[in-house]
Amino acid sequence: MRKWWAKITGLVIMASLLLPEMVLAAGPKASPLVIVADTRKFTGWEAWWTNLYNESHFYFTLVTIVIIPVVGLIFGVVADIVMTWIGLDLKSRELAEH
Amino acid sequence: MDFFYVLMPIAGVSIFWPGLIILGVGVGIIGGFFGMGGAWMVTPGLNILGFPMAFAIGTDIAHMAGKSLISTMRHGKFGNVDYKLGVIMIVGTVLGFEVGAQMVMWLERIGQVEKYVRLLYLVLLSLIAWMVFADVAKKKRKDREAVAAGKEVDKLSTGIEWHKTLHKIKIPPMVTFKEAQLTCSAWLPIFISFATGWMAGILGIGGGLIRMPALIYFIGCPTHVAVGTDLFEVMISGLYGTATYTYKGRTELVAALIMLVGAAMGAQVGTVATKYIKGYGIRIAFGLAVIGCGVSVLLKLMAKWFPAWEGLLDGSATVLILGLVAAMSLYIGIRMVIGAKAEVAAKKAQISVAK
Repeated sequence: MRKWWAKITGLVIMASLLLPEMVLAAGPKASPLVIVADTRKFTGWEAWWTNLYNESHFYFTLVTIVIIPVVGLIFGVVADIVMTWIGLDLKSRELAEH
Repeated sequence: MDFFYVLMPIAGVSIFWPGLIILGVGVGIIGGFFGMGGAWMVTPGLNILGFPMAFAIGTDIAHMAGKSLISTMRHGKFGNVDYKLGVIMIVGTVLGFEVGAQMVMWLERIGQVEKYVRLLYLVLLSLIAWMVFADVAKKKRKDREAVAAGKEVDKLSTGIEWHKTLHKIKIPPMVTFKEAQLTCSAWLPIFISFATGWMAGILGIGGGLIRMPALIYFIGCPTHVAVGTDLFEVMISGLYGTATYTYKGRTELVAALIMLVGAAMGAQVGTVATKYIKGYGIRIAFGLAVIGCGVSVLLKLMAKWFPAWEGLLDGSATVLILGLVAAMSLYIGIRMVIGAKAEVAAKKAQISVAK
């Protein structure tokens, strides 16, 4: 059973690395059009952000895929605190039927 | 009025940010409640807000990844996520998507892609709606028969039970899924996820709309576990989508984060609402959402058949989708508030009795 699990996990990791575009949600492929952000309109973090976009899509991607789950996690934890404070039980659900 | 508009750094357009938050709340509620990404709802909404289409898909997927993570966390705490089942299904989903995507390319070469895709979508939505309501009708009949025979109504009774037949296929390895409370051949979820991935690949959608009912009717998951496990899948595909679309320069992170503010609140409401609504309540609401989605696809098809009415029919499809999102969100939100109030009141009563 353990061997089988190792194989499945290996296959998932391999598929994740080799076939990144297959599990995408929604719609047609992006066109090969090159879009350049206009940095002249911005200052501060927005200027840094647009410059990062123009200079390297790779680093722009890295920052984006870190920010999205981190922000999601923060919102999730904050909501946990708020709902526990209200008095809702977040660890169980009584309904067990289909 | 400038306060209500924010300039998108990459797309270079000003967007009405409260609109993004409202859209996020609606999609968050429905996504958390039904276990889906909701791209079919977001695209028309972003269109109305004046979002450039070049960025719409990537931005939608980026917010979806964050929103699904929040919903998965919450569903996980309720014991609604079967991670083992989710990991196994990723294999089939990935391979199915590839085959589906190849088929779309073939259809594109013969120039029939849009017609076939929309028709397939319509057939599929009709089948799902039929499946849901046939299931509900069968369960009600079973319950009525039990009452007529003087027996007690089984609280765990279900209508359609195709999964029981599929579970008789015992090709090794057999796997037990604790949260989903079932044991079956590992090939069953792999095959089902391949089929749903294939259809999602052809239709160009995330697949939650197809995977959620497939988890219930073909694999035999309880409704709540189907919702949670599907969200886990959506989260992984969403993170992938974010990476690849961003690498192509098609993600507007500022818009995604603004939407995420709304979606984070909505996802909590939608997910917690599943605590107070029975499995069959979720199935019926899902069936109604599928019917609404089907009608909007039909309107889009009719707009192509009757060019003179194109504007009206396209507009009607968008209004229908957004109206559906608003009505469903309101219903789920109200049920969540009523359920939460009752829970808090019951707790207070318990404490006062103990004193």
